[in-house]
Amino acid sequence: MSAVSDFSDLIGRNLAAQPGYAALQSQLEAFYFLEADLLDNRRYRAWLDLLADDLTYYMPMRANVPLAHDRSDEFTTVGEGIHWFENDKWTVVKRVEQIETGIHYAEEPLSRITHMISNVRIVDAKPDLETAQQIAVTNRFLLYQNRIVDDTTTFVGRRHDRLRHNAGTGWQVHFREVIIEQGILQAKNITNFL
Amino acid sequence: MEHSDLKTLVDADHGMISREIFTSPAIYKRELESLFTRTWLFVGHESLIPNPGDFYLSRMGEESVILCRDRTGEVHVFLNSCTHRGMKVCRYDKGNAKVFTCPYHAWSFALDGSLQGVPHFDDLYDGVLDRDDWSLLEVDRMAVYKGTIWASWDKDAPNFETYLGDAKLHLDMTLDCRDGRSGGSEVIGVHRWKFPANWKFAAENFLGDSYHNHSHGSVDAIGIGPSARSGVKGRRDDEMKAAQHIWISFPEGHGVHSAMEHPDAEFIDSYLDQPEIGAYFRHCYEERRRRLGDEAQLIPFTGTIFPNTSYHGRQPRGLCAWHPHSSGETEGWRFFLVDTDAPTAVKDFLRHYYMRYSGPAGMTEQDDMENWLYASAASKGTIAKRLKLNYQQSMGAAKLNDPLPGLVATQMSEHMARGYYTRWRDYLEGRDWDQLLGVDDPRFSDGEPVTKAGRA
Ligand code: FES
Ligand SMILES: [Fe+2]
Repeated sequence: MSAVSDFSDLIGRNLAAQPGYAALQSQLEAFYFLEADLLDNRRYRAWLDLLADDLTYYMPMRANVPLAHDRSDEFTTVGEGIHWFENDKWTVVKRVEQIETGIHYAEEPLSRITHMISNVRIVDAKPDLETAQQIAVTNRFLLYQNRIVDDTTTFVGRRHDRLRHNAGTGWQVHFREVIIEQGILQAKNITNFL
Repeated sequence: MEHSDLKTLVDADHGMISREIFTSPAIYKRELESLFTRTWLFVGHESLIPNPGDFYLSRMGEESVILCRDRTGEVHVFLNSCTHRGMKVCRYDKGNAKVFTCPYHAWSFALDGSLQGVPHFDDLYDGVLDRDDWSLLEVDRMAVYKGTIWASWDKDAPNFETYLGDAKLHLDMTLDCRDGRSGGSEVIGVHRWKFPANWKFAAENFLGDSYHNHSHGSVDAIGIGPSARSGVKGRRDDEMKAAQHIWISFPEGHGVHSAMEHPDAEFIDSYLDQPEIGAYFRHCYEERRRRLGDEAQLIPFTGTIFPNTSYHGRQPRGLCAWHPHSSGETEGWRFFLVDTDAPTAVKDFLRHYYMRYSGPAGMTEQDDMENWLYASAASKGTIAKRLKLNYQQSMGAAKLNDPLPGLVATQMSEHMARGYYTRWRDYLEGRDWDQLLGVDDPRFSDGEPVTKAGRA
């Protein structure tokens, strides 16, 4: 799993000047803005179509560690131990089903939410940017959530995504790492998708 | 706050408790001073600091403490505050250190807490400062129990096992191997999150509030258990299905929900999704029966060790510390446990199950946090505060020491909460340790009184 999850060698790459970058990036932005619209409008079933069947979607926990320490000290490692969550596609479908029961009280009444996605950057494309079938993307998210009266939470962070293109399904996310800029989570719950 | 005020706040005999104890900043302050300074508190697990020099930050009440293992392998718990000017000596959540050097003026403390380095000692402090007097403050009492680490700020506190009393049997089942061997667990991760609710709502939930099952209707309806992919609804395994559930209150304030199996009971396989996982748990079940004999009839579920340590003895197995932040805010720390020597496939199954069940993103526990928040918030109003909360469930239903030590109900009951808040009041009243351990509590000699009362 580490090869898929490890973005450390990709973060510093700048492909922006290469042919095909702008076109692919605008496709990707359209993908993320669609995803945000689907989630914020509670079209969960349509949103599930944007996720590949072999999905790994996780949110590591973080700790305060000295500067020199390596990543596995600061972040929990996908495929090992406990995270905020580590979902496969089945589990994400379960989470959608749970909201749809109408008795999931942490999301009933539903929260009012807005996802903002920015800083979309393609850091890897295979075979190349112009004919890409597999890409790695970094971006930022902000999820504003308000529920009941004044129960308001803002989640801010980064996502490391890997997407795959299929003729039938278009782009789909098959790996997502959600990095939140908090160690001790300053929210009672994570009931919405990040 | 006078003793007489506290009396009216907790009226266990009539099953009524004031909402103030969940909302009042004055009562909260009293809790910090009189309760969190005396009880045994769960601070961590040996598997988090396996080697000399390893440290892990934890909490006791509102305060940060350093859990560490010194060069000789001994475990210590220190207040994380420099003895010079109070700076937080250690701001790393975990790691390995030779000394703790304070970022402010660089006093440095050895792993046993002793003050080692004082910059310019000779020119500035010679003849005045005695290093021995300025060590990091170490807890007065510390106990390592089956891997778990507990501490108290009260030098007169009874030893940890005395404090546990007969709840020990039930906590043991969380800490022991699934096949009945003593101890042998490790922590595979710790959730830490802050939520806006009084800490006692969380503690009370695990005391054995089985009545709140309703809250989890959504996960039960869709199925998230170990047979869910095979189409079975519900949120857990079925291993307790044929057992007699029991709810027990203990004199020290602890409360548990466990179960007794029939002497001829057999393993109930509910691992349809992964038969090899089911086979492993069947093996553990049979080994435990063989090893413990009749004692294996007792199986664990949940409990709270007074005041703020809760456990889940089955799956998602682990210990929670409910650290207070204010009257309306709590930091939950959930330490997830597995048998150290469990096969990799079993550990992998467990961690996935734990994550989809537990914590802020756990499909079951999200609904718990929602309850605790709004129960806290909706008790704050001027009018709301005039109403007592109702704790009258199964009054007088519990029997003494039958079939196990404690006040035992065989139906859902709130007598554990009535007992818990009775002890809670004793701490706030500053009672002596005999009273805090419930030595003369008439409930444990005569049984629980049944006093019918109207709404107050
Ligand atoms: S506060 Fe720690 S050295 Fe001064
Ligand atoms: Fe619950």
